Amino acid sequence: MVGHGHVSHSPKRYTGLMDWLTTVDHKKIGILYLIAGGFFFLIGGLEAILIRVQLMYPENHIFVGATFNELTTMHGTTMIFLAAMPVIFALMNAIVPLQIGARDVAFPFLNALGFWLFFMGGVLLNSSWFLGGAPDAGWTAYPPLSSSFSGHGVDFYVLGLQIAGVGTWIGGINFLVTIINMRAPGMTFMRLPLFTWTAFVTSAMVLFAFPAITVSLVLLMFDRLFHANFFNPASGGNEVIWEHLFWIFGHPEVYILILPCFGIISEIVTIFSKKRLFGYSAMVFATVLIGFLGFMVWAHHMFTVGMGPVANAIFGVATMLIAIPTGIKIFNWLFTMWGGHIRFTTAMLYAVGFIPTFVIGGMTGVMLAVPAADLQYHDTYFVIAHFHYVIVGGMAFGLFGGLYLWWPKMFGRMLNESLGKWNFWFFFIGFHLTFFPQHFLGLMGMPRRVFTYLPGQGFELGNFLSSIGAFLMGVATVILIINIVVTNALPKNAPADPWDGRTLEWAIPSPAPEYNFAQTPLVRGLDALWTEKMAGKKEMTPAEPLGSIHMPSASIMPLIMAIGLFIAGFGFMYHLIPVIVLGLGITVVCMFIRSLYDDHGWHIEPDEIENNRKGVKA
Amino acid sequence: MSGWKKASRLLPLFGAVILALTGCGDPYLSALDPKGPVAEAQLSLVMLSFYIMVGVFVVVMVIFTYVLIKFRKRPGQNGVPKQVEGNHKLEIIWTVIPILLLLILAVPTVITTFHLSEKKTGDDVLKVKVTAHQFWWEFEYPDLGLATGQDLYIPTGKRIEFELTSADVIHSFWVPALAGKTDTNPGQTNHMWMQADQPGVYKGKCAELCGPSHALMDFKVVAVTPFDFKSWADKMKAAVNRQPTTATAQQGAQVFQQNCIGCHAIAGKGGKLGPNLTAFGDRDKVAGILEFKKENIQRWIKSPQEVKPGNKMPSFGGKLSDQDISNLADYLQTLKVIK
Amino acid sequence: MKSEMAILPPNPEKATLEGKNKVLGFWLFLGGEMVLFGSLFATFIALRHGTAGGPKAQELFSLPMVALATFILLTSSLTSVLAILGMHRQNVGVLRGWLWITVLLGVAFLGLEVYEFTEYVNEGHTISSSAFGSAFYTLVGFHGGHVLAGVTWITLLIAQSYKKGLTVITAPKFYLASLYWHFVDLVWVFIFTVVYLIGKVGT
Repeated sequence: MVGHGHVSHSPKRYTGLMDWLTTVDHKKIGILYLIAGGFFFLIGGLEAILIRVQLMYPENHIFVGATFNELTTMHGTTMIFLAAMPVIFALMNAIVPLQIGARDVAFPFLNALGFWLFFMGGVLLNSSWFLGGAPDAGWTAYPPLSSSFSGHGVDFYVLGLQIAGVGTWIGGINFLVTIINMRAPGMTFMRLPLFTWTAFVTSAMVLFAFPAITVSLVLLMFDRLFHANFFNPASGGNEVIWEHLFWIFGHPEVYILILPCFGIISEIVTIFSKKRLFGYSAMVFATVLIGFLGFMVWAHHMFTVGMGPVANAIFGVATMLIAIPTGIKIFNWLFTMWGGHIRFTTAMLYAVGFIPTFVIGGMTGVMLAVPAADLQYHDTYFVIAHFHYVIVGGMAFGLFGGLYLWWPKMFGRMLNESLGKWNFWFFFIGFHLTFFPQHFLGLMGMPRRVFTYLPGQGFELGNFLSSIGAFLMGVATVILIINIVVTNALPKNAPADPWDGRTLEWAIPSPAPEYNFAQTPLVRGLDALWTEKMAGKKEMTPAEPLGSIHMPSASIMPLIMAIGLFIAGFGFMYHLIPVIVLGLGITVVCMFIRSLYDDHGWHIEPDEIENNRKGVKA
Repeated sequence: MSGWKKASRLLPLFGAVILALTGCGDPYLSALDPKGPVAEAQLSLVMLSFYIMVGVFVVVMVIFTYVLIKFRKRPGQNGVPKQVEGNHKLEIIWTVIPILLLLILAVPTVITTFHLSEKKTGDDVLKVKVTAHQFWWEFEYPDLGLATGQDLYIPTGKRIEFELTSADVIHSFWVPALAGKTDTNPGQTNHMWMQADQPGVYKGKCAELCGPSHALMDFKVVAVTPFDFKSWADKMKAAVNRQPTTATAQQGAQVFQQNCIGCHAIAGKGGKLGPNLTAFGDRDKVAGILEFKKENIQRWIKSPQEVKPGNKMPSFGGKLSDQDISNLADYLQTLKVIK
Repeated sequence: MKSEMAILPPNPEKATLEGKNKVLGFWLFLGGEMVLFGSLFATFIALRHGTAGGPKAQELFSLPMVALATFILLTSSLTSVLAILGMHRQNVGVLRGWLWITVLLGVAFLGLEVYEFTEYVNEGHTISSSAFGSAFYTLVGFHGGHVLAGVTWITLLIAQSYKKGLTVITAPKFYLASLYWHFVDLVWVFIFTVVYLIGKVGT
């Protein structure tokens, strides 16, 4: 891997906190993403519960006006950008390189940079709570409300998301190159596990969707900080531009979130039915098609904007088309289970719970695609119900399932299955109790983002049930935390292949060693490990002799670069030019250093690898 | 699986909840209870798409339930189930049938979308210009030379053609029982129409986040017979000649002239920064949300920020004496054209 | 140094897996940049008549100066090609020479742009004068920022070349910088057409 004639440097290995701050190991970065994403998930969840506390009864006076708007804005922004995205990146980091038989990702340094940018962006955004108030213009931040009619909080939204977004974008490029260039011998595209396929399509969508939000945030930032007039109609501006740019990003973002979860569901369903995926090529095709169509339908979020019947009809019908590949996926999962030996582990419960829930979300999705009918649904609780069925019922179920599935591979410990089932049932029942009534609330005339409602409009029962459900989901989350804590106290003794897995990640020890594969495996079929198992073997055939393994050096620079942008962000917000210069300076100097001093990495020698192997077997 | 038993025990409860949820709903608010052709057309699309989707859901659930029960791993069941690569016939079926279903849905969708966005002019329509403000609604009748705030009067059986815009941020104009919503974009004009078939007071809401008091930006559409509408319009025009009769109301009128007229118009005189108050006494809500009574009018004038945070009206609590505010409230209550 | 160059493979930028990853990753990066500039162009096109009483495009733009800037930038694209040809012939001197010229042309372009912006500001056309002004400075300024980044980057690489020469580690860097430079030039061709030519015609 390394160029000719280079001397291998002595191993640079840090321990303790420094190890985590400097790591470029995709598995550790995955864990960092999980911790950070989990932390923001708890914040976003708390905000959700506060929202439901306020709406439990009519005319409540706990969180009113701007405070309530801060809660909804931060709940949405946090959950999408700071909880869902990083947990997806956590699993992608932890699993994708293992599934393709790679020792590393293509750009370990950039991978770390991506994480730290996301994290500092998230911290910047959430620091608004302590610095004069959180953003309150909705997670969609439509101007002119967000540009000229909102307080300082929106600046945190703009700069925090900008920094976090760049991090995510870098992560997307990293995974694309990793999957294209770093597959093990024999791992053709049509042998990629479905999770890797969905990670691939999602990364491509990240690549092409995130620049649109970058630009929208730049325009909003210029309007707010430099008195530009993009969204000021009095000076020739047009606020609808924001809506287009935001949704050109925002709609693909929905598929960015859901596709990897489709992948996770595919993995879980195959393993716990003990069957290969039914219609693998159709699944791949459907994934790519959904990714493609995801870019063609953004304006279905804008049927009420006044685009005219032609645009509305085209975008409506185009949106309906997405139901077709999605339907293909649902039926393929059902027929994967058909004839199998289904084991109801917690992971499988989440996958099984996912199917009807996601189908309901898909149903309301098709209903929403009808422009004339959408004029009734738009911006009501019907929409809230729909996208929570898709994002929580679809994505969160998938992610929780994925965590139960891959926890042993990430941490070397098995999550407790009994607690897991309690976690699932509370979450499942709480979820439906929260969001099912909201369909009716919307149709009965309750707009979204309202901090209260008058009695006597028929909203009382639905809101009350919805709040109870939210509390149940809170209980489920507490159970999950207890499960994690309990598990963490137990010895690290998870077997390499606890579920009778089918793909490459189950061919190596749990947790995966630093170099993933002692010898790069030779892939001889779809479901690489299963192929070997069926051929009567216990492990993969190596594609290379045992040799010294080249590793990238750990580096503190990704963290420092992210801190630089974090500082610059504050400089922009408070118009402090020296702070801007200082922050950007730190980042740029790091880039210079990175360019000037080549990282030759270090090597893990065969005897160390042998020792590890023996340790596992003993 | 004890879980399944638990879930099945919950089913009847779930059914009861659904019934309760669908049964309720304010008849003058709910989109499920349309009172005009636009909302009816929209509800019929809602129901068409709903029935198609329920069909799909039932098919999925039947297969799903069968699979989960039939193919559970039984104790002692070992070995490897048959590894099936796929089935072209099945895959074609579940690709083609959804396409057909979507075609069935797409045709009425496109027709209704175009139908609902047709513009009409002429004598058989009434034109209304809607301007949304943080956090109230301004309605102007350009052909009648009239304006109201918060309460929109319309004749039944007549097509109302709206031109919608906003004075500040994006709002969305929504009267669920009569028609779906249309955004009001500052600097742009949107179009929609609606028609009420029966007299009634229909509730309207702002449906786009517009600031701290977005939740409180309610309004009313008062549909009256064409005869009553004509008489209402005549009385609105005649309101110029209206005089307060009681002493307190007369004093209140003076307070109004000195403090309020810069923003609020009555009978064509006054500013447009706040709602037109010509027919204020006919309203059944103060500021769209409080019960219509004198104390609430006084409360609103004294400290509007407490009622609707973030609105533009200054607080008169420290500026006017309690007596002045009381007189002003008396005067405002006399501003009736119907009741 | 000569002997080290002699062992370089024919396409040194893609000789290692790291090199291959960088080249592919950079193409993807440029794909994302395309969306970025696409969004900025769309915004500009939507707002270019939103002058709100301020100066209009026809009154502001002076085509000869912009044509000169275009000529300079396109020439620099050519010189960066010549630099990479030098690299493929494994001649670090030729590579360095042409990169120097590329940088100089880039700096000349930036100088013209700064002069141009100063003139406009004097005529009352600023980022806050109208939506047209906002869109103009954001689009053209983003491009200018890219040119500045490119100039800095290439200068840094030239400096490195004196110490490190041409190796399988430095070759991908030169190659990527040249790709980037082409992309920046390509964007300018669109800016020249969409902003200046169409703006001057005034349709």
